[in-house]
Amino acid sequence: MLSFIARRLGLLIPTFFGVTLLTFALIRMIPGDPVEVMMGERRVDPVMHAEAMERLGLNKPLYAQYLDYIGQLAQGDLGQSLRTRESVWSEFLTLFPATVELALAALLFAGSLGLIAGVVAALKRGSLFDHGVMGISLAGYSMPIFWWGLLLIMFFSVWLGWTPVSGRIDLLYDIQPVTGFMLIDSLLSGEEGAFVDALRHLILPAIVLGTIPLAVIARMTRSAMLEVLREDYVRTARAKGLSPARVVFVHGLRNALIPVLTVFGLQVGALLAGAVLTETIFSWPGIGKWLIESIGARDYPVVQNGILLIACLVILVNFVVDILYGLANPRIRHQR
Amino acid sequence: MTATTTPLDQALLYPSPLKEFWQAFAHNKGAVAGMLFMVLLVFCALFAPWLAPFDPSEQFREFMLTPPAWLEGGQWQFLLGTDELGRDLLSRLIHGARLSLLIGLASVVLSLLPGILLGLIAGFFPRLLGPSIMRLMDIMLALPSLLLAVAIVAILGPGLINTIFAIAIVSLPSYVRLTRAAVLGELNRDYVTAARLAGASLPRLMLVTVLPNCMAPLIVQATLSFSSAILDAAALGFLGLGVQPPTPEWGTMLASARDYIERAWWVVTLPGLTILLSVLAINLMGDGLRDALDPKLKNAV
Repeated sequence: MLSFIARRLGLLIPTFFGVTLLTFALIRMIPGDPVEVMMGERRVDPVMHAEAMERLGLNKPLYAQYLDYIGQLAQGDLGQSLRTRESVWSEFLTLFPATVELALAALLFAGSLGLIAGVVAALKRGSLFDHGVMGISLAGYSMPIFWWGLLLIMFFSVWLGWTPVSGRIDLLYDIQPVTGFMLIDSLLSGEEGAFVDALRHLILPAIVLGTIPLAVIARMTRSAMLEVLREDYVRTARAKGLSPARVVFVHGLRNALIPVLTVFGLQVGALLAGAVLTETIFSWPGIGKWLIESIGARDYPVVQNGILLIACLVILVNFVVDILYGLANPRIRHQR
Repeated sequence: MTATTTPLDQALLYPSPLKEFWQAFAHNKGAVAGMLFMVLLVFCALFAPWLAPFDPSEQFREFMLTPPAWLEGGQWQFLLGTDELGRDLLSRLIHGARLSLLIGLASVVLSLLPGILLGLIAGFFPRLLGPSIMRLMDIMLALPSLLLAVAIVAILGPGLINTIFAIAIVSLPSYVRLTRAAVLGELNRDYVTAARLAGASLPRLMLVTVLPNCMAPLIVQATLSFSSAILDAAALGFLGLGVQPPTPEWGTMLASARDYIERAWWVVTLPGLTILLSVLAINLMGDGLRDALDPKLKNAV
């Protein structure tokens, strides 16, 4: 197992350097003068310009500039936002829990509903329910989620008035950020109604973000389940006279979960991309909205290292999923 | 007396590949429905200026936010209603089909060709070039596709051409991986060895001998990335990073429709529905193509 982890870690390192190379190159491909771009101003005074070139190390050869960049990263220096003058890292840390909260809620929604729908569809193969689930999941897979979000807002928030339109919690409540997770913080605050209000803010964004994972998980669970139910050990379990529920959930689902787990992991990248759209629609103060606003404001240090942080996150999650997958399935662990 | 045997109809015994393909494809009703919708869409895109009742950017100031014709207050001249500047929605949707199909087609071609080339090289040179190409692709896959597209557009600036470029770059890795995998599967086959022994040159071996046998998964992937290109282009437009207004791109139309969510549901609903139906149609078609061309892939996601 340890050598398996070590091998995967070894693959991680070149990927990480590749991503830094990508973000390093991105910022240099912006058309225009680099100093003006980095300072966010036009027509900088020539003396200051030369000074800035010196200070930013822009007059060095490219490889030296890249080494500087890696050196800064190694010291945990991700630069400063041009807009707020705050460090990119601390901005990321304050906003990140909001995205995690949203993504976890979306995964919970997609995972629970997707597993149930997939299992039932597989058990009732060919039934109306099966066709319904497959049809809806195909539609969900093709869904432009930014439009889906607008539709849900229009229906539930504007017409029915059930849920708020945007944000994480009503401005009435003054919640001190302790964990960064609004659901937990609102409970800790002890303010009456705060938790329910936070929950109502969370529901629609979670559904929107969870829609595509839901479709993928339902489809995957169904096909994995169909495969497993055909296996000899399921027939044996049935023949032993075990209850149908035990056969389906203990013998069947447990083995069907392995491919589903992989899909779950692969969805994390998709979730982060979806978060950009979902957070923009619902004004959810997470890293997706932060990134889009920074692009709009030409806040390049934030864009550059925000992208780096998100990429590292995806790499890390994929790594963890790989390890989990190896734990769940010894055949993967021992293959080279 | 010899019985005259009726000659067997050769065409029935050995149907042409095209006919065989069509029989398998037509078996899938969803795929046929998807294809019909696509035909309609392509027709709209090709003949947009003649089909659309109005110019997509013509503003009828006295008819701002007119509801669709069948509703109270609707006007029969504006079948699907008008938007916040009094522009005819139907005309804009028809012209939007042009843009979406153009983006899809251009980005698929722009990523398919280099993707195939890189994949062939990676497959034929497994020592040095192959692994380095594949590592590069892994790095590109480390970022979710929409985010990478957002990053590219953030640097190059918004617009139609840059949207196409961004989406083409984003879908490159899947073509490279697929081509390489297919090439590696074919390289040890006898016919390849035979061609090698016969003295076929490397380009001939790559393009004439091996490539045609790798096309099935590539065609399926091209269809699927066509639909995700439309979806990503609309998402970029919605974020304000894609095609810029007043161009009638479906995602861009949705971005400006957000402010009228309380008053004019049709401005919000119709462009998104068009996106959903188009993407759904292409995905249905892709499923049918996959089943017809490549039964091995049937259960793959």
